[in-house]
Formats: sequence, structure tokens, C-alpha cells
Amino acid sequence: MLAFTLRRAIQAVGVMIAVGIISFSMFRFAGDPVNQIVSLDTPAAERAAVRKSLGLDDPVPIQFARYFGNAVQFKFGVSYQFRQPVANLLMERMPATLELATCATILAMVFGILMGVYSALRRDTLLAKVFQAVSLIGISLPTFLIGILLIYLFAVTLGWLPSFGRGDVVRIGWWTTGLLTVSGLKALIMPSITLGLFQMTLIMRLVRAEMLEVLRTDYIRFARARGLTTRAIHFGHALKNTLVPVITVAGLQFGSVIAFAIITETVFQWPAMGLLFVQAVQNVDIPIMAAYLLMVSLIFVTINLVVDILYTIVDPRLRSTISRPA
Amino acid sequence: MSEAVVPHQAEPSTSRERRLPGRWFARAIESDVFYSFRRSRLTMVAAAITALFFLLAILAPLLAVQNPFDPAQLQLMNSRIAPLWTADGQSPFLLGTDEQGRDVFSAILYGLRISLAVGVLGVLFSGALGIVLGLIAGYVGGAVDGLIMRIADVQLTFPAILIALLINGVVKSVFGNRLDAVSTLTVLVFAIGLSFWVQYARTVRGSVMVEKNKDYVAAAQLIGLPAPVIMLRHVLPNAMGPILVIATINLALAIITEATLSFLGSGMPDTMPSLGTLIRIGNNYLFAGEWWIVAFPGFALAGLILSINLLGDWLRDALNPKLR
Repeated sequence: MLAFTLRRAIQAVGVMIAVGIISFSMFRFAGDPVNQIVSLDTPAAERAAVRKSLGLDDPVPIQFARYFGNAVQFKFGVSYQFRQPVANLLMERMPATLELATCATILAMVFGILMGVYSALRRDTLLAKVFQAVSLIGISLPTFLIGILLIYLFAVTLGWLPSFGRGDVVRIGWWTTGLLTVSGLKALIMPSITLGLFQMTLIMRLVRAEMLEVLRTDYIRFARARGLTTRAIHFGHALKNTLVPVITVAGLQFGSVIAFAIITETVFQWPAMGLLFVQAVQNVDIPIMAAYLLMVSLIFVTINLVVDILYTIVDPRLRSTISRPA
Repeated sequence: MSEAVVPHQAEPSTSRERRLPGRWFARAIESDVFYSFRRSRLTMVAAAITALFFLLAILAPLLAVQNPFDPAQLQLMNSRIAPLWTADGQSPFLLGTDEQGRDVFSAILYGLRISLAVGVLGVLFSGALGIVLGLIAGYVGGAVDGLIMRIADVQLTFPAILIALLINGVVKSVFGNRLDAVSTLTVLVFAIGLSFWVQYARTVRGSVMVEKNKDYVAAAQLIGLPAPVIMLRHVLPNAMGPILVIATINLALAIITEATLSFLGSGMPDTMPSLGTLIRIGNNYLFAGEWWIVAFPGFALAGLILSINLLGDWLRDALNPKLR
């Protein structure tokens, strides 16, 4: 168990170093950083001075070590567009992304599990078929189309919900939250649905498939033979055993929720990290792109690591296979 | 396509003529896959709609009332006309026009061409890359296998859309914003191809690991065939079924990815719009009440992806021996 945890941790560090190298090469080699700082008519001598002051004359490994050392301390350089430290820009926008991603995930889990259980237990009812159809549409419709559709329906036509922004936010320390004001909550509804719909369909399909599988097993048959109530069998025995893979998938998907938030944030002009990243890609703002890559990778790798370790704790059967040398 | 599917099937028991060349059509008609195709009405509708979209894209110059990529044919006089059946509709513009006087119907036809081209080329590129890397990893094994699969593992951690966005961003920063529309299309194909190869590689590697220990591979090695020939001509056909399923589902994903990149503004430019670009342009006029500029490209994209997904779902079930 300890050896497994250690090996996975070393692997995770390896991934982060690889991403760090990619991020550094983007930062250093994609476009000349000096050109981004000086104006067009700056004389060559001045350019050389800028180059020296940025340390771009040093050997590449030293530059990489410096970049990595700074990145570990969350110093990602200065944004070309905003002329502000990238770390500040990202930190300012992180609460918005995390609130949106968390809301979307909770929404997806609750409705995904409910719909999945229902369509597994009442397979042939009309509602179950409607759920199946909805799930196919949820997978087929691109996120931005769902967002546009919702905006047209609830913002343009009905005028119930705001179509962009976060509404009023409350500042608690460095964290800004939209969860404490009415307008903030209203602004959160449509982006969360848009972002959560894909995960919801995924969870629903997974729960349905797992439930159908579990309901066929011997221990469910035995539970029926013991005369337990249907409710106890379905929710006490069957659902409980489907939840392990569901939680794993939902955990792993949290990373892609943050990535897909890029699209949702653009549709709803949600002032968060994803929108910042899209603007950075459009304006070729390399420091933001490189830093975003590092931050998101760190989140992904951490989630993967935690889920992997939790998985072995939750499901003891995996331990024996893992402890064998791979 | 169907010819490639058949070797994966249980061989039809009687037909002696199945070895004859030119009989592949009869074989396809007799196959289990075609039988399951005829049994599913939904699949037949999906196939018809997909075929219709491809046909519309191919025949675009014949069906369109104007070439939306040619600024000379657009007239500002004709801007923001509502669809034909509404009170403000005007004659040649079936689905209305946009801000620049571009006929929405023509723009969708030409946009379909771009979307399908990027999708198909992206799938071909990612498929070729993934198949070659998977064959090498599975056949050679050892350190090469370890390296390729570690890269695949790492890449699988990140969603394809993020990778495609990053590749696009880096290319943009290297070349500046000087890229013309055709090179943008090439960059998109590469970005999508590089984001989707992992699944092919893993599947092919798995099949190769199973197949390479079988007698026919040993026999091929014994008569001295070179490794690339064994891999491509003998091992690969036996892994073709799952590859086709992945390719179909990935075609839908590639089209979504292209549309998303274009919607985010790092895909096709306004001068040569794909469906995603059209939706981005139209989105700006939603609040002005000009819903048709965004609605029809949206419907086209959704219909295309839905029908391809239905085909993919069916193909996965039809080729899965467990479900038969």
C-alpha cells in the first residue's frame, strides 16, 4: 500500500516535471519575450540590455531551473496584456472557476444518480426512455450550443436570469463568492446547468449500467430470497455497490469540468480562469497560457493521485492486485 | 468500409465464393452487421441523415445561392434579412442573411464542408498516428512500449479540447496572427489529430498483444515476412472492428472540437467560417432578436453530431460479440 502510494506520487511528480518542461518551452521559445516588452523602434543595444535583465542570456538548463523555482513559488511572470503578475490574475479568478465547477459537479451527481437509478429500476417506462434520449442529446450537443439555447430561452425570451457575469459578489478574505447574494445565485444557475449537463449524462449512463449489472448478481438474488424489502435491496445493497465507480468517475471528471469550464465561461462571460485563458490564447499572452497549463495540470494530477489512493482504500480487492509488481 | 468490418465477424459458414474478389458486396449484404443495421430503424434514419449532410457538403457549390467565402458576392444591402417564411423574408435567402449580407443557408453548406473536412482529416490523422504507435508499442514491446504508453497515460489525463487549444495557441504565437484560412485549417487538423490518437493506440496495442502470440503470426514470421508487413497486413485487420467504432465516435468528437475551437475564436476565421464560427458570429446578434443567424447553424451542427453518434452507438453494439 505504501509502496503503491509512493510509486504513484513519484509518477505524479514526473508528470508535473514533464508539463513544466512543456510550459517552459512555450514560455521561452514560442515567440521572443523581448519583443513583447519593447516597442518596435527600440535600438538593438537596449534590446540586449532587456534580454540580459530577463536572464535570457543564461544557458537553457539554468533558465529552466529558475523558471521552475519561480513556478513552485507561484511566480509565473507578468502578463503581456494586463501588465500584472500572472499569479495575481489567476488567484483573483480561481474562486469563480471553483464555485462554478463545484456547483456543476454537485448538480451532475445528484441528478445523474437519481435519473440513473430510476432508469435502471423502471427500465421500460416512458420516463426512463425520455432520460435515455436526454442523455444522448446531452452527449451530442456541444456545450456552447446548450449555453446559447439556455440564454435564448431564459435570458432573451423570458428574461428570468442574467445572461452574463457573476452578479454581485461578496469578498471573504481573498476569496470572492457569489453564493451569498441573490443575483450571484441567479447568475450561477445557467452556467452550472450548461457545465454539468455532460457530466450528468455520463453519470446517469454509468449508474444505469452498473445498477443493471449489480441487480443480476447472486447476492441481490440472495437478498430477495431472504425476503428483504425491495427498497432495502435497491438502495441498501445495489446502489451502495454502484457508488464506488461513480465516485471515481466523478472525481476524475472534476478535472475535465475545470477544462470544459473554458467553454461555459466564454459563453456566459463568467469572469474566471477559463475566460482568462481563452483571451490569452487569442492575444498570444504566453505567460498566462503557460501558468494556466501548470495550474490545471497540478489540479488534474492531484485529483488523479487522490482518487487512485482512495480507490484502493475503498475497494480492498484492488490492494492485492496492486501490491504485485507490475 | 464494410469490407474491413467483415473479417472481424464470425465467418459465414457455407459460402465458398467469399474468397472471390468482387464478392465483397454480397458478403457485406449477408453479414451480421448489415442484418443488425436493417433491424434498427433509428440507425437507418441516422445513416440517411449523415449521408445527407455529406451530400449537402459535397454539392454545396450547386445548391448555394452565393459563395459565402467570396466577399465580392456579399452585399451589405442584403444584411439581416429574416428567413423566407417570416413576414420580412426575401426571395433567394431561404434561411435569412447575417450582418454582412451572407446567406445563412449557403454559409451552412460551405461551413459543413469545413467542419466535415476538419473532422474527417482529423480522424484520419489521429487514426494513422494512433494505429502506427499502437502497432509499434504492441509488437516491439519493452522500453518503446513503456515510453509510448506513458506518454499516452499523461495525455489521457488532459481533455482533448484543452490540448487542442494549447497547440493552437502555441502555433499562433510562433506564426503570429498571419495565418491564412487554409493554414488555419491544417493547424486545426493537426491539433485535433494530436489530441485524439491515444484511444487508437491503446486499443491497437491491446489487440496486437493478443494477436501476436497466435500461430498465424508465427507462421508469417517463419516465412520471413518483414515486421511492418506482418503488422499491417496480418495483425491490423484483426483489430479493425474496435478501430472503426472509435473512428466513428471520434468523428463526432472531432467535429465538436473544431466547432468549439472556432466558437472560442481560435479556429476558422470569419472570412472562411465553419459551423462553429457561424455560431460565434450569430451569438452576437441573439439579443438583437436575429435568432436565425445562430439557430440554423446550431441545428445543423447538432443534427450532424447526433446522427453520427447514433451510428457510432449502433456500430459499437453490432460489433460487440458479447451483446449478440
